[in-house]
Amino acid sequence: MNAARPLITLAVFIAIWWAVTSFTAIPPFMLPSPQSVVAAALAQPGYLFTNTLTTLTEILAGLILGTTLGALAALAITASATAQRWLMPILVLSQSIPVFALAPLLVLWCGFGLSSKILMASLIIFFPVTANFSDGLRRTTPAWLDLACTMNASKTATLRHIRIPAALPALASGIRVATAIAPIGAIIGEWVGASSGLGYVMISANARIQTSLMFAALAILATMAITLYATADHTLRRWLAWAPEGGA
Amino acid sequence: MPPGLHLTGLSVIYDGAPVFENLSVRLPAGKCTALLGPSGVGKTTLLRIIAGLEAPTAGRVTADDGEALGHRIAYMAQQDLLLPWASALQNVMLGAKLRGDKPDPARAQHLLARVGLAHRATARPAALSGGMRQRVALARTLYEDRPIVLMDEPFSALDAITRARIQDLAAELLAGRTTLLITHDPLEACRLGHQLLVLSGAPATLSAPIIVPGPPPRAPDNEALLHTQGQLMRALTALNPP
Repeated sequence: MNAARPLITLAVFIAIWWAVTSFTAIPPFMLPSPQSVVAAALAQPGYLFTNTLTTLTEILAGLILGTTLGALAALAITASATAQRWLMPILVLSQSIPVFALAPLLVLWCGFGLSSKILMASLIIFFPVTANFSDGLRRTTPAWLDLACTMNASKTATLRHIRIPAALPALASGIRVATAIAPIGAIIGEWVGASSGLGYVMISANARIQTSLMFAALAILATMAITLYATADHTLRRWLAWAPEGGA
Repeated sequence: MPPGLHLTGLSVIYDGAPVFENLSVRLPAGKCTALLGPSGVGKTTLLRIIAGLEAPTAGRVTADDGEALGHRIAYMAQQDLLLPWASALQNVMLGAKLRGDKPDPARAQHLLARVGLAHRATARPAALSGGMRQRVALARTLYEDRPIVLMDEPFSALDAITRARIQDLAAELLAGRTTLLITHDPLEACRLGHQLLVLSGAPATLSAPIIVPGPPPRAPDNEALLHTQGQLMRALTALNPP
């Protein structure tokens, strides 16, 4: 039943959508019917596939880069008070400027290609990863640290063998949030300036009033984002099976 | 031979209120001293000072062989403190890993066998019962192979039967080490301690040591044990008027 529930919700949603387009006078250029969206997708599968691949690459590369940088920043903040004094203002600043406002600048500097979108996604991901992971690193059970102290452990060894593993469930929470928001960064970047990608398909289809194609790109994007999140969630749960609630 | 410990003129003051003042006592070499007393009197603070986890306001802790204590103490807390991501075997070898020494799986496996958990070496803590987890913690304490062992109510969360079994095991495996055992349980103190101390009052003071005759672990119906337990109960109840 748990697996069927989202499918039933989806089926009901599509049925309502179909009913609205069939029995009301909403023009197709505003709300195309489900069957015309499927037809638009089937009419140019190669075009959509190539652009999906672009967006997927941007999201995955953004995830890897943003998570790596975020985790490193959290480690630096935890390990050194000096690093904390230098990095904290940058972190706060990175959140106080809306990342969307930076998109035109990133496109100007890095061009219409993949790099500006990867940077957008990384920027959006960076903060939740850093915040969650550094929070986890700060909250090591004090009794574990006492035990390590009586075992004559160095600070580095305690960090490596106790604090980092203990903070992995918190890092996993950050990665889950990152996976959910990474597509936003990539798509915004594509809207501002791109020569390929699902965001680019949506913008150019919109300009040519090909609403069905726009909807097809949107559906692919949604499916991709959900699959990505589900995969990340599943992997993290298996990876952190020791943590209560699989590291949630 | 493990060293005895001298606690000399220990004072601890928290926020202007003295927990204890000018506390002096000797923990005899190779013997188990059980420390009892009401909650909040400062037993754990005393143990943490000996472990080097807290600094006293005044006074010092020394070994009677004159050498530093730093690398000669093993510590076992009330919670098992097993790392949930590591197997029982890895938990036993934690100290070696943290010091950057080469872990000795054969010795860890041998210790697990001695606490009766040879068959659960690869199990994670979540798959073990409370008693099993505390036995892994005991094996981890033994793996450290330190002459001085400090234990803070290590068995208090276990049911009576499991506790009795692990007490026998601890007495056997820790024999010959200088041990300080904090406990709330007069029976446990009388079963395991060579001498008993009661910490009470504010600021807290230590009673004269009560010596329990015969070697630990004593049977729960041992006559000397029952006599000392009665004596101890009277002393403890006198401290806590209802």
